[in-house]
Amino acid sequence: MSDFVTFLIGRMSFEYLPTDPATIGAAIGMPLGILGVAALITYFKKWKWLWQQWVTTVDAKKIGTMYIVVAILMLLRGGADALMLRLQTAVAVGDAKGPFDADMFQQVVTAHGTLMIFFVAMGLVFGIINWVLPLLIGARDMAFPVLNSISFWLFASGMVLNNFALIFGGFSNGGWLGYPPLTGLEYNPGPGVDYWIWSLQIAGIGSLLSGVNFFTTIIKNRAPGMTLMKMPIFPWSVLVTSVLIMLAFPILTVTLALLGFDRTLGTHFFTSDSGGNPMLYINLIWAWGHPEVYILVLPAFGVFSEVVATYSKKKLFGYKSMVIALLAIMFFSFIVWQHHFFTMGAGANVNAFFGIMTAVIAIPTGVKIFNWLFTMYRGSIHFTAPMFWFLAFVVTFTIGGVTGVLMAVPALDFQVHNTLFLVAHFHNVIIGGVVFGLFAGITHWFPKIFGFKLHDGLGKLSAILWQVGFILAFIPLYILGLMGAVRRLDSYDDPTWQPLFIVSGIGVVVIALGMAALLMQIGYSIWKRDELKDETGDPWDGRTLEWSVSSPAPHYNFAITPTVAERDDWWYRKQRNDTAYLKSDYVDIWLPKNSAVGLLVGVGAGMAGFAIIWHLWWLLVPALLLVVLVIIRQTMNDDDDARVSATELFHEDNLGRRA
Amino acid sequence: MSRGFRLAVALLIAFAILGLFAWLLQGKQIDVLSPAGVVADEQQKILLFALILSTFVVVPVFGILTFVSLKYRASKRPVDYSPEWGESKRLELIWWGVPIAIIAVLGTVIYNTSHSLDPYKKIAGDNAIEVQVVGLQWKWLFIYPDYGVASLNRMPIPVDKPIRLVLTTEAPMSALWYPALGSQIYAMNGMESQLNVKATKLGQYKGYNTNINGEGYAKMTATADVMSMDDFLKWTNNTKSENNLLNMPVYEEIAEPEIVQDFKSYRLDDTSLYNTVLMRNMTHGAGASMHHGPGATHE
Amino acid sequence: MSVSRERVVEKYAKAELGFWLYLMTDIILFASLFATYMVLRPNIAGGMSASELFDPTFALAETVLLLMSSFTCGLAVLFLRFRYKSPGLILLAVTLLLGGMFLFLEMYEFMEFIHEGQSWQTSGFLSGFFALVATHGLHITIGILWGLVLFWYIFKKGITANAMRRVSLFSLFWHFLDIVWIFIFTIVYLGAFV
Repeated sequence: MSDFVTFLIGRMSFEYLPTDPATIGAAIGMPLGILGVAALITYFKKWKWLWQQWVTTVDAKKIGTMYIVVAILMLLRGGADALMLRLQTAVAVGDAKGPFDADMFQQVVTAHGTLMIFFVAMGLVFGIINWVLPLLIGARDMAFPVLNSISFWLFASGMVLNNFALIFGGFSNGGWLGYPPLTGLEYNPGPGVDYWIWSLQIAGIGSLLSGVNFFTTIIKNRAPGMTLMKMPIFPWSVLVTSVLIMLAFPILTVTLALLGFDRTLGTHFFTSDSGGNPMLYINLIWAWGHPEVYILVLPAFGVFSEVVATYSKKKLFGYKSMVIALLAIMFFSFIVWQHHFFTMGAGANVNAFFGIMTAVIAIPTGVKIFNWLFTMYRGSIHFTAPMFWFLAFVVTFTIGGVTGVLMAVPALDFQVHNTLFLVAHFHNVIIGGVVFGLFAGITHWFPKIFGFKLHDGLGKLSAILWQVGFILAFIPLYILGLMGAVRRLDSYDDPTWQPLFIVSGIGVVVIALGMAALLMQIGYSIWKRDELKDETGDPWDGRTLEWSVSSPAPHYNFAITPTVAERDDWWYRKQRNDTAYLKSDYVDIWLPKNSAVGLLVGVGAGMAGFAIIWHLWWLLVPALLLVVLVIIRQTMNDDDDARVSATELFHEDNLGRRA
Repeated sequence: MSRGFRLAVALLIAFAILGLFAWLLQGKQIDVLSPAGVVADEQQKILLFALILSTFVVVPVFGILTFVSLKYRASKRPVDYSPEWGESKRLELIWWGVPIAIIAVLGTVIYNTSHSLDPYKKIAGDNAIEVQVVGLQWKWLFIYPDYGVASLNRMPIPVDKPIRLVLTTEAPMSALWYPALGSQIYAMNGMESQLNVKATKLGQYKGYNTNINGEGYAKMTATADVMSMDDFLKWTNNTKSENNLLNMPVYEEIAEPEIVQDFKSYRLDDTSLYNTVLMRNMTHGAGASMHHGPGATHE
Repeated sequence: MSVSRERVVEKYAKAELGFWLYLMTDIILFASLFATYMVLRPNIAGGMSASELFDPTFALAETVLLLMSSFTCGLAVLFLRFRYKSPGLILLAVTLLLGGMFLFLEMYEFMEFIHEGQSWQTSGFLSGFFALVATHGLHITIGILWGLVLFWYIFKKGITANAMRRVSLFSLFWHFLDIVWIFIFTIVYLGAFV
């Protein structure tokens, strides 16, 4: 090939097109799906609406919805991956072949893990935070609305890049945390690992910016009177989470960048020759990775704190304990990362220290569970769908907690590390904690965002199916782990393992049915939205400020900034019958204008990532230039606010509010 | 659907699942729970102890959950409903205190067993037999320098004799694990890690690579063949008498990335082979032992 | 319709906190790079070691340039705050010029090393060195770019409230980079000879 062609197309070639039927199907299906959606938008003439109401929005609630939509789409893809993986292990015993060859299987394993953590769990967490964080603290918006939009579009851009690997180039086969030297150039010269690196890098920077944004929002945007100790627990959990994000994500940025340098610039950070040190990578990635687990689970804890109190019609038990427990978890989560590699041979004292610290984290976590249980005790519990998710959470998470404590004992970890026992453990805590928690949150706050409730029965059905499916899918994995089955196994020799793998596969199918029930719940509720309409703005007889405004919440959240006197302020205001405002209470407010900055930064970053992956250096320059110029323009923009007048507010507020 | 009916269905599902698992477990060989080595034996005891310890939390959690879910449903109009009751120093002291006590006990166990079961710790008894292990894409090579033999994908060892494995790789990071013997350890390029085991029962036990290292990862298994000392010596003598040599050129052939699951035995022609492999991958200036490696990044 | 002064003050308070938080995250970023450098420093893999390679007087010159720029940056903010536009802008320009000279020296040093065959591809140690120092250099580049935009903005629109809020954040950034450099100078350059 001539130099010019190489310059033009980098290292692209036809060999990177997908070859196996499953991938070809996905590679054709995905663009067709996107085209179909685009056609529909064109047909219904919705492009302008899409642009004005969604793409350029800086309203946190809408950004939250976009996060959740992306997360659910990715959950479907990650779930399809899971189905394929278990289909493979259900059949690939001895010489029998599954749908994938080993390399493809490992790519799917990696994609499943990466998608589920970075684009599903993170997406759901950030989605819920965007939905309700400002509402819960009596704020009109995030501290930095445009930055918030940038964060989302970086997240979306990483997601697109990640999925593009399926169509062209293939994905990393190095596991979701991509340990070198396996992910180094020597063993992995293709673009797969680069897709992994740069899609996570882009999304990760978005997350980092979100951390700054959430923290500032909580510190600066709280309603007058809401001291930190009067704040609901959900914002507390977000505060702690954002500290973890700010402390942990820069480490991820550096780690991924250095691995990227090893692969594109020929440096020797993590190579096994010329003075690189792969163990350094493992330490760095887990110094981020462990706090990341808590970044995901703490907001879910926060959701449950709101949900349990609301549906038990009772004050949250042990508020101060809850706050202390959160802070304790925040602190300890930074001194446990080595427990992810007890088996590296770091010596008895190091292992003992990290083992004990890991076990210690179980204490505040246990305290939180007891506090929720005692919130229910002497309450008047309404077993709605969110409470079903809570029940499923307690069962699943407790089992996960126990197996986690087992693995905190280094001497035991030597017997279960990197086996399916470990896989079952972290699915227990992540599905049981994060996913169930966020589904509870979505159901709980859905009417506040869209103005109508989700159908309760289908929600319960979904929770039950998830729970049963979960038990079927993961209990066998615990047993298999103890039998010697390691993780990421694409085939095995021992036929006595097969029945367990088959049951596990059936479990995944049941989970898929649970997911279908969830989608049906959403679809059915949209169809019956008039019947499920939330007229009052306060369908659950809620406790916190978000229920004091009409549903759906207006784009400015609060027409009048509330003044807070105590915890669960709205609950007590209702008891005092102090819920109405006078016309003279209304004043003009300022709101941020829509902005395309987020989209442009996301597009620029995605192009830059694509350019690096394929060595298209000519594209890298304009891509980065786009990002830089857009940001410069934004930093110099003095005209980013629009006024909403008091009269306008008064009218809208009294139309939307309960009659 | 009445409540009784729903309860019956729920119980039925629960029992069906329990029955399914009971059936699945029938006649299964669970290596971690049926140890054949001193290390795995200790680990099994810790596992059971920690499980019992955790019941002190799990049972109350499930008990209280069931109790409050049944008694405090809104439909039952609980008589002692107290919406303002949100604090009790005494109760909270209990559920801070009990977990702290449990973790204190567990912490002691963690500390003690981290030392007593440190993979690097020599196992008491006779002098250990040293086995040098090289992880390759995708097979395990076991070298017995004191006996002048080597073995591919099979680790013959005498029963009741401490074995000291020293491991390195010429492949991405790998890890060797014999669940029945106990403990796994990572093995890395240019570095040496250690694993001490001692088998107590005759038999063949499967060993696995637990760390993904490329395409043939799942096929990278090795069998520990625990035999009497006499049989072991017979094996070494037989192997030495045959003319299947292992030297550097043969090694390079074996090291080619390829899935090989067959067993092979070799007469060791070059006793420094393991050290040659280890040293040629060693980073200039970096220590040879993994034991001190990770400490460097957080000390 | 222009935005009220109150709104500007409120926004600045948020921006200031947000910016401090960003700087904290940057500290973690640099800390990770420092840690990486320290771990890899012994791994010279046949290349030159730190003490063979570095010229501390050269680094001292860079340090002096950057310290001077920090000083002029502080003065620039002071003048601008008291609404002396021209001296303020001149001092800002001097700051950026000194930053540019620093960057030039850094590039010169990099080129020298590469000419001696000591590039980032040579060893783990040099990978760590280039990553750490170049990341700082990249920050300086961004700072200069930002400063130029501010210069142009104030030149055009005068010393508005918005301008001042940006200038003070810029100076925060610039001083921060100075502090990071002091750490680099001490740990990387002087540390090589301990």
